[in-house]
Amino acid sequence: MPAYPIRNFFIALKEITRGNKYYFMWVGFLLTCITIGLIAYAGQLKDGLIVTNMRDQVSWGYYISNFTFMVGVAAAAVLLVVPAYIYNFKPIKEIVLFGELMAVSAITMCILFVMVDVGRVERLWHLLPVIGILNFPASMLTWDIIVLNGYFMINLCVSLYVLYKMAHGTVYNEKFIKPLIILSIPWAVSIHTVTAFLFIGMSSRPFWNAGILAPRFLASAFCSGPALMLIVFQIVRKVSKIDIDNKAIFKIGELVAYAMGINLFLFGAEFYKEFYSATSHAAHMEYLYFGLHEHTTLVPYMWTAFAFNLTAFFLFLLPKTRENFITLNLACVLIITGVYIEKGMGLTIPGFVPGVLGEIYEYFPTITERLVSLGVIATGGLVYTLLVKLAIPIYTGELRFQTKDSPTKPV
Amino acid sequence: MKKITLFSLLFLVITSFLLSLNSNVHGEDPIPKFVVPPPPFSEDIFPCSDCHEDMEADPTRRELEEHTEIAEGFDHAKEQRWCLDCHNPDDRDKLRLVNGNLISFDESYMLCGQCHGTIFRDWKAGVHGKRTGEWDGKKLYRLCVHCHNPHQPRFKPMPPMPPPDKPKLIQQNKWKEDEIPRNPLGNIQ
Amino acid sequence: MSKKQNVKEKTQSLTRRQLLKGSAAGAATLAIPVGTADASVWQAFFQKHFNELDKDEMARVIERLEKEYKKDYGVDFNIETSDAKPDVLFGYGLDLSRCIGCRRCVYGCVRENNQSRDPQNHWIQVLRFKKGETWVHDLEGSEKYYEPETVPEEGYFYMPVQCQQCENPPCVRACPVRATWKEPDGIVVVDYNWCIGCRFCMAACPYGARHFNWSKPQIAKEEINPDTHYLGNRPRFKGVVEKCTFCIQRVRRDPGTYPACVEVCPVGARKFGNLLDPKSEIRYCIDNKRVFRLKEDLHTSPKFYYFFAT
Repeated sequence: MPAYPIRNFFIALKEITRGNKYYFMWVGFLLTCITIGLIAYAGQLKDGLIVTNMRDQVSWGYYISNFTFMVGVAAAAVLLVVPAYIYNFKPIKEIVLFGELMAVSAITMCILFVMVDVGRVERLWHLLPVIGILNFPASMLTWDIIVLNGYFMINLCVSLYVLYKMAHGTVYNEKFIKPLIILSIPWAVSIHTVTAFLFIGMSSRPFWNAGILAPRFLASAFCSGPALMLIVFQIVRKVSKIDIDNKAIFKIGELVAYAMGINLFLFGAEFYKEFYSATSHAAHMEYLYFGLHEHTTLVPYMWTAFAFNLTAFFLFLLPKTRENFITLNLACVLIITGVYIEKGMGLTIPGFVPGVLGEIYEYFPTITERLVSLGVIATGGLVYTLLVKLAIPIYTGELRFQTKDSPTKPV
Repeated sequence: MKKITLFSLLFLVITSFLLSLNSNVHGEDPIPKFVVPPPPFSEDIFPCSDCHEDMEADPTRRELEEHTEIAEGFDHAKEQRWCLDCHNPDDRDKLRLVNGNLISFDESYMLCGQCHGTIFRDWKAGVHGKRTGEWDGKKLYRLCVHCHNPHQPRFKPMPPMPPPDKPKLIQQNKWKEDEIPRNPLGNIQ
Repeated sequence: MSKKQNVKEKTQSLTRRQLLKGSAAGAATLAIPVGTADASVWQAFFQKHFNELDKDEMARVIERLEKEYKKDYGVDFNIETSDAKPDVLFGYGLDLSRCIGCRRCVYGCVRENNQSRDPQNHWIQVLRFKKGETWVHDLEGSEKYYEPETVPEEGYFYMPVQCQQCENPPCVRACPVRATWKEPDGIVVVDYNWCIGCRFCMAACPYGARHFNWSKPQIAKEEINPDTHYLGNRPRFKGVVEKCTFCIQRVRRDPGTYPACVEVCPVGARKFGNLLDPKSEIRYCIDNKRVFRLKEDLHTSPKFYYFFAT
């Protein structure tokens, strides 16, 4: 057994355990959040999901809301991949790796959100091929499991392979990576489509049972993920020697504007359809935007989201505000919040309100649900932080792995 | 003696012929005798002949001195009907159909069916009224009078069982470990 | 005022302590029970899907479950695994012109099927509609929590809803692990030992017929019904989905008894039988009455028929 892979492992380990006080404060913050989440989750494991506010009337809640949002975030990668590899847009090609790493951590969160949502987590092996039973192709959930894991694997392979090659100071093999990258584009579309289909396929819930949901999923996904990337890029630029071209940032901002434009248009189409025809199915949308029989929990959130999305759309659209970092960052925060509300709680909850038998139960997550979700998001944040911490010095050439030819000197 | 036997035989043949003709015309089977629990008499009221045997039947419609409880509460097309439309005046242990046939109290469905024909049809099929027992075996029928008091047949309102618990938003896990609530129906099955 | 505050503080500290206590215990259950003398934990963990168990495995599973239930509830259980009878397809009829909304069926079902009393789990929901204003398709106009002195109330009618045992059940399609399926006699069942508790089926059910065990179901020992079926009324576990099975433990007996709700209904509004038998009560209803099925536009094809006898 040659010693260099082990030594390389320690090189990587050393890299992520080293840093300035802000790095440690950030990691410490994330670890605290994870610990809090774990404690809350332990309570949920002991007592059951009764500690959440989910009930038979609203059987999916905050966890699944976060799950759908995170599927959207995972799209960040593909919005970078298309200009980078298909159109060879140089400034973005340099930073596409960070998008792929974000996809990896977003999918990690997705999987964790599903895990904390199920009633019998120890039985998840029933989903595994061969030893379990996968109800494929009938159940859309099995499709979702397959595409999410596939997308996770593709992005993990591509990013780790590129990093590995870079760490050895060699150039990656385009022939190997290109097909995977090309594959990742339709695959990214598929994770949104399939997640949307999971909701669309339920004839029992008229709010979701609309074809427009799939394109809306895609459009809003191309807002939240890239907006998050924009913030990350500015941080990376600040704390490392990596130079991210403003052109790349503005280009992404422009793409976000188009995506939000489409999202707003689709939303308007749906809004019109529900309220002009005003069938009994409009009750869900009514609950969401105007309140139903004095039940108005989500109304202020939804109008806030709408206002945020609309403002962000114009901030991203106008070159003047898009190329001003104050308004750009404001737009990012607005759009992330807006999409988080609209595609999270704003999508999941109204499907159940009013319920299939007309009952109105106003759901709102408990503290346990919020803490567990915080833990999951912190886990995703930690995964991303560590991956980026390792990637940056490899990128800049500060960190190089040893090969069997390199002289053995203590690291 | 021989004559009587011959006569009765002839009678049987003719009636069965007529009956079969009848069933061909209307497509109905003869009414079978249904297995039912005993009729729900008030305590010590049956047999009626215990009191009525030595009494002269008075066919005039009048206010009764006895059975006042029934008479006062009577609410079954009361303008058109009174006791002896259903109760047989000569043998009080029997009920009397409009065609004069006498039936016992455990066949009272024949009496009710005279007016409530469509409901009687549903009842025979097992669709009107309560059935218990086996879906592919023996079924226990109930007489009309098991559910409907014949003298005031409208169903009495009853208190409902408690509504289900309404889900309430919780802010913290206040899971109580008190005594487990009981089923309000208890062990009655 | 100060007293009130004191009480508040007390409850707060109590809940906080309980939370901590809960977390510790939760962490303990997380620990893998390596070396525990109780092998049944592992047997339960590795238990196969109901339809994949062979005869010996089935016997062992039943034995283990009966032992576990005895330990939990202190009652001797009998768990049947009887198959569907040949040439039987169960159908149900409910006479809306008779139902008085008394909820006897709800609690009769709870008792027969060992539903949790706390938190409450009801497989039958009785909805109240205002006559002349709404019809059963406008479910939003219905009321489930009505509580008058007596029923029926003037100007209202009632519609109980339970599992409609669809011929084309959306819940079965939704399940990612085939923990729920339609039996040959048309009953949709759940393997409570295979369900992962993802609740996709609950979202997919158009009738609100599926219910989740949000915590460990609680039933008083004296109220346990020990005559059970594996796919029916045996006690459930925390974190799994359950539903009406037309009382599979009763209707699959030989001869089969009526479901509990049929027998408990004081007005005889509930009818049950074999759809394939032209002489059955349910066929009589379909042939002679005007029947309808709930949300027929969804093509779930329920085997639960609502009708009006008058």
